[in-house]
Amino acid sequence: MSAQQHAQPAPVGGSLFNATTLVCGILMAITATIIIVRLFFGLSSTTNVNDGYSWGIWVVVDVFIGSALACGGFCMALLVYVFNKGKYHPLVRPALLGSLFGYTFAGAAITFDLGRWWNFWHIFWPGYFNVNSVMFEVAACITLYIIVMWIEFSPVFLEKLGLRDARRKLEKSLFFFIALGCVLPMMHQASLGTMLVVMGGQVHPLWQTPIQPLIYLLSAIMLGYGVILFESCVAASAYRRQIEVSLLNPMAKVMLGIIVLFLVVRFTDVAVRGALPEAFRASHIALTFWAENLCLVATFLLIGTVEARRNPARLFLAGITVMLSGILLRLNGFLIAFDTGPGWSYFPSVPELLVTIGIFAAEVFGYIYITRRFPVLPREETYAQPAHS
Amino acid sequence: MKTRVGNGGVIPAGRRRFLKGCLGTAGAAVAGATVSERAAARETYQRPAEALGLLYDATLCIGCKACVAACKRANDNPPEFSTTDKLWDTPLDTSGYTFNIIKTYRSGTMATKDDEENGYAFMKTSCMHCADPSCVSACPVTAMTKDATTGIVAYDPEACVGCRYCVVACPFGIPKYQYDSPTGKIGKCELCRHRYKDGHYSACAEVCPTGATLYGRTSDLLVEAKRRLALTPGSVTTYPRGNLSGGPQQSYEGKVGNYKQHVYGETEYGGTQVLKLSAVDFAKVGMPYLPPKSSASTSETIQHTLYGGLLMPFAVLGALTYVAKRNVHHEDDEAPPAEPPGREES
Repeated sequence: MSAQQHAQPAPVGGSLFNATTLVCGILMAITATIIIVRLFFGLSSTTNVNDGYSWGIWVVVDVFIGSALACGGFCMALLVYVFNKGKYHPLVRPALLGSLFGYTFAGAAITFDLGRWWNFWHIFWPGYFNVNSVMFEVAACITLYIIVMWIEFSPVFLEKLGLRDARRKLEKSLFFFIALGCVLPMMHQASLGTMLVVMGGQVHPLWQTPIQPLIYLLSAIMLGYGVILFESCVAASAYRRQIEVSLLNPMAKVMLGIIVLFLVVRFTDVAVRGALPEAFRASHIALTFWAENLCLVATFLLIGTVEARRNPARLFLAGITVMLSGILLRLNGFLIAFDTGPGWSYFPSVPELLVTIGIFAAEVFGYIYITRRFPVLPREETYAQPAHS
Repeated sequence: MKTRVGNGGVIPAGRRRFLKGCLGTAGAAVAGATVSERAAARETYQRPAEALGLLYDATLCIGCKACVAACKRANDNPPEFSTTDKLWDTPLDTSGYTFNIIKTYRSGTMATKDDEENGYAFMKTSCMHCADPSCVSACPVTAMTKDATTGIVAYDPEACVGCRYCVVACPFGIPKYQYDSPTGKIGKCELCRHRYKDGHYSACAEVCPTGATLYGRTSDLLVEAKRRLALTPGSVTTYPRGNLSGGPQQSYEGKVGNYKQHVYGETEYGGTQVLKLSAVDFAKVGMPYLPPKSSASTSETIQHTLYGGLLMPFAVLGALTYVAKRNVHHEDDEAPPAEPPGREES
């Protein structure tokens, strides 16, 4: 069992024109149109954001949730290169690819949400930047991480182009970018949680805590593994390939460990701050708090045992429950449990939703294009491999 | 204790110890950084000695809204309409184009002014010019600044990227954004700092007929506020108008209101430069409860603890770089086709 030969990554091949890419293309075109309208006529022409909820789904979903869902790459890098679990290596490239798109499009999405976008470079200009600002940390860190990820991923392109020497040279220094690619997301994912702190009493006590950075960091790592479960299953199903259960099974166990840690931290914090009674009030806030955390409990019910983790359907569903929990944590902090006083309400407009869907479509399209044309997914062997060894 | 690596190999005990030592060192560095930074935990800022501000006394306010109109004129802001005939400026709240507004508290029959039960009362809504403003802490590009002398919280549209973190962060909901404009700016009261060179001061205080809005140094305003709280309700006292720190004498005699014994803004978030007096509970007229410790100080303490001098990120990066260098080595040459089979990739 220990002598497990990894298949080399190879392009999946096949046509880029199919029903999925066509739908993605249409959605992307709609998104581009809406963005143009927004840039010419202001944010209120296409969005429902207002002074009570100045950040809508373009920030909360596209950036805060999008970047968290893109944590698969750094989670796998942690596992493979830092904790030296080389057996997971086949999962690295696909995970990194997902992260690459998640972050790159999150970065693009925030640009057209900026009210004065032509000044965006101020964030990187020493004369302007405010090192006390959590937003500054997040913006600078995410930008740097996007660059680092393209460098980390570039061997794939160099391989495709046959530039073996360039690739070899790059790989000599790749360890540094891999380390950087672990530190940067840890920093800004923690800071996404810190962003809530300055908002003070506007954020409900169940989510307003100075240990928010730790909660967001743990949640981001959980999400990273959850997304890999989800992506691996979807990719395997879409390309009719074997699901890498022998890898996903132990990886899911690592994820469960982090979930336990998360739940302990989360509930200890709520209890210590005396906010626990808030969770037992008859309110939609309490409901959404429990939904957020029961998703994690559901993960245990789904894949708590080794046997259960051999079942691809259960792994897939567990990926979804973990993702749901992380999505809810972010939605709750920034929108649902965020109260700026009476009279304000927010629900995304149809164009807002279409842009968010369009960005997701762009990520799917990019994933399909790169995996079909570049060596990312492990080469599928001609003989049938056992589902798990 | 399992020490398996990917290919089923075992890390030599010596190397394992070294790795642990390495991580331990990084951990110690991190802990050290944390402790040293924590010693320098950011306190809540207090008002500058010469801080400028306003005192709004709701019991003196007659709801004439002259201050709202004067503010519009002074800041070149267009009217906003909330009635179908669009006859005059009728904003319902502060906005990207309305920096100051008078709101009304209503209860039951609204028979008497400044009565919580069956009464009504006014409240001025505008920037409080916090001693430790959340917007200044939140702004990534220093578009929101607090003047070291006057303490005025100012906005610079040339620096602003329009991220609206200030809008989200402010506990008073004050910085607002112009959503209808492709080049929208943030709008908020800046105490009419652009009018000082012409010998003017805050337009709202200049035009206030009753002195309900009074301009001056916050320290002087606080003394005046406390003087009023100490008076017997119903007795007669002298109320100054306009600018407490200078200008023509325009005070008048009036009856003392039935004040709540609280100067709003004295201690909230370390204090604000705009102070408020009211006969109606502050929570009821839309002024939130705020502790003396500011959110900005908590937020910045976290930031500085984690990232102060980039000590911790570099320590972690150093440790990870070392570990990654050892582990990535295996992946260096991912078995090019020419290599003999059987070479195990880890």
